[in-house]
Amino acid sequence: MTASSNASSALSTAQSPTAAAPPMVRIRAARKRFGSLEVLKGVDLDVDAGQTVVVLGPSGSGKSTLLRCVNHLESLDGGSIRVDGELIGFRTRGDRVLALHKREIARQRREIGMVFQQFNLFPHLTVLQNVIEAPVGVRGEPKAEARERAQALLERVGLADKADSYPRRLSGGQQQRVAIARALAMRPKLMLFDEPTSSLDPELVGEVLTTMKDLARDGLTMIVVTHEIGFARQVADRVVFMDGGLVVESGTPEEVIGNPRNPRTRAFLSRVA
Amino acid sequence: MSGPAPAARAEVRTRPEDPPEVDVAHAGRVKHPLRWIASAVLLVLVAQLAHMLATNPNLEWGVVGSYFDAQIIGSGLLTTLELTVIAMAVGIVGGLLLAVGRRSENPLPRAVCAAYVWFFRGTPVLVQLIFWYNLSALLPRLSLGIPFGPSLIGGSTNAIISPLLAATLGLGLNEAAYMAEIVRGGLLAVDPGQIEAAEALGMGRARTLRRIVVPQAMRFIIPPTGSQVISMVKATSLVSVIALSDLLYTAQTIYNRTFQTIPLLVVVVLWYLVITSVLYVGQFFLERHYARGATRHAPQGFLDALLLRRRPFPQSGPTPTPELPS
Repeated sequence: MTASSNASSALSTAQSPTAAAPPMVRIRAARKRFGSLEVLKGVDLDVDAGQTVVVLGPSGSGKSTLLRCVNHLESLDGGSIRVDGELIGFRTRGDRVLALHKREIARQRREIGMVFQQFNLFPHLTVLQNVIEAPVGVRGEPKAEARERAQALLERVGLADKADSYPRRLSGGQQQRVAIARALAMRPKLMLFDEPTSSLDPELVGEVLTTMKDLARDGLTMIVVTHEIGFARQVADRVVFMDGGLVVESGTPEEVIGNPRNPRTRAFLSRVA
Repeated sequence: MSGPAPAARAEVRTRPEDPPEVDVAHAGRVKHPLRWIASAVLLVLVAQLAHMLATNPNLEWGVVGSYFDAQIIGSGLLTTLELTVIAMAVGIVGGLLLAVGRRSENPLPRAVCAAYVWFFRGTPVLVQLIFWYNLSALLPRLSLGIPFGPSLIGGSTNAIISPLLAATLGLGLNEAAYMAEIVRGGLLAVDPGQIEAAEALGMGRARTLRRIVVPQAMRFIIPPTGSQVISMVKATSLVSVIALSDLLYTAQTIYNRTFQTIPLLVVVVLWYLVITSVLYVGQFFLERHYARGATRHAPQGFLDALLLRRRPFPQSGPTPTPELPS
């Protein structure tokens, strides 16, 4: 292992803060390359249950790729990611590591909700059908029950009256809130947000962030990749700044945003804010 | 006319060098003299055609009328319809399998499916029909059994491959190659983000394909499939070369005896037009069904489409604008 220094530093950080409860997400020395481009160069990150971690960083810093590795939309090239103690995308047999079958990966993804920058609602299904598709089709939940829960979730994101609309008839902000309800319908242990407000008109950003704030307050474990510094400052339990495929700085919002130590963090924040 | 608010008026400064005020509300329309000339020429040509159809004695409209609903023509028509349905069913199912095969992560099915499409698209369907008809010359016996081992059931090829089966195989297997390309194109047209969203929800590959990808691909698959069905209706007339009594072959056997060639061909033409027109109506409603959720506009009525009425706004994306059958 070339990343021995990484691994030892990771161990020390892992042991010092919480020895009691294991983290919900445990990323160790995560590496990923696309062709000749090394996007992740050994990322370590812990997210405790109930925490909201906001990942900041310039475009191309690897933050979206890191997020997509957590639910195995991208496969890691090195290191490991565990969610709730379970290795993502791989399994161990003795001291060998083996890739998981697609079926097993699908099972792992059921526990991890994801919200995309482009919403990716299913345009041929109504809002309600979008929300119940996976609970009914994948979890085998009875339709009536799923419908009732979906209605409650839509109420929670403020869209109870849009249940029978098709997604294309909704505004971007409404679509993104439906996408959040759709992900929540699977009762995930962990929610991933990949730049959820980046393709929204400025006046629609607020409604989505408010919804996300509510979720954070309710104690959902969330990893949020965003450029919304204000959201990070208000909601994040921890802020992680990434640059060049590495975590450059990490800490409370006051530390990282209020008083950044790394010059790269400072340069980024001065450009964004 | 309700004038602008006085406060707003005060904001506008007029200077002497300004051009005079203009209101485009009463603008005249652009004149198109060439359109009138073109319309006149077309009208004359259409009138000429109508006159010929009404007065030419060689058309023998009485004969056309007597054969149009004759029982023997009806049985030929039935064969044509039967062939279209079976061959198209073989084509659609085969095309779907081939298209999914070409998306496989395993290179072997990918290569086999590509080779199939290459072969069947690369040879004339007429040749394929004659080939299937003469299969017994290549393989005198057909049998089902263990590969390279003993056969379990079998029989002489001539007994198994009837003209109807030869026609179905020839038309259907050829159609599958074309449908494979149509389905593949439709699947490729679906946003990859849709597949990611389904996967992120923990849906498996088969379920994602069935519930998310295929229903969205249908919008892109149906219009070309509709024209394939119409082509197939007409392509079935090729089976007259293997002596299968379809609509055309039946008419031919009659006029070979009575020499009423033109009236019988008119009967055939009229029946083909009837079938394709019915298919056109069906395609319209099928397209409308799969367009749900695809646009922000209310669905267009069939009469509007028939009368070529334009929608108030141009639609975004590749819209299947229905056209009259030509």
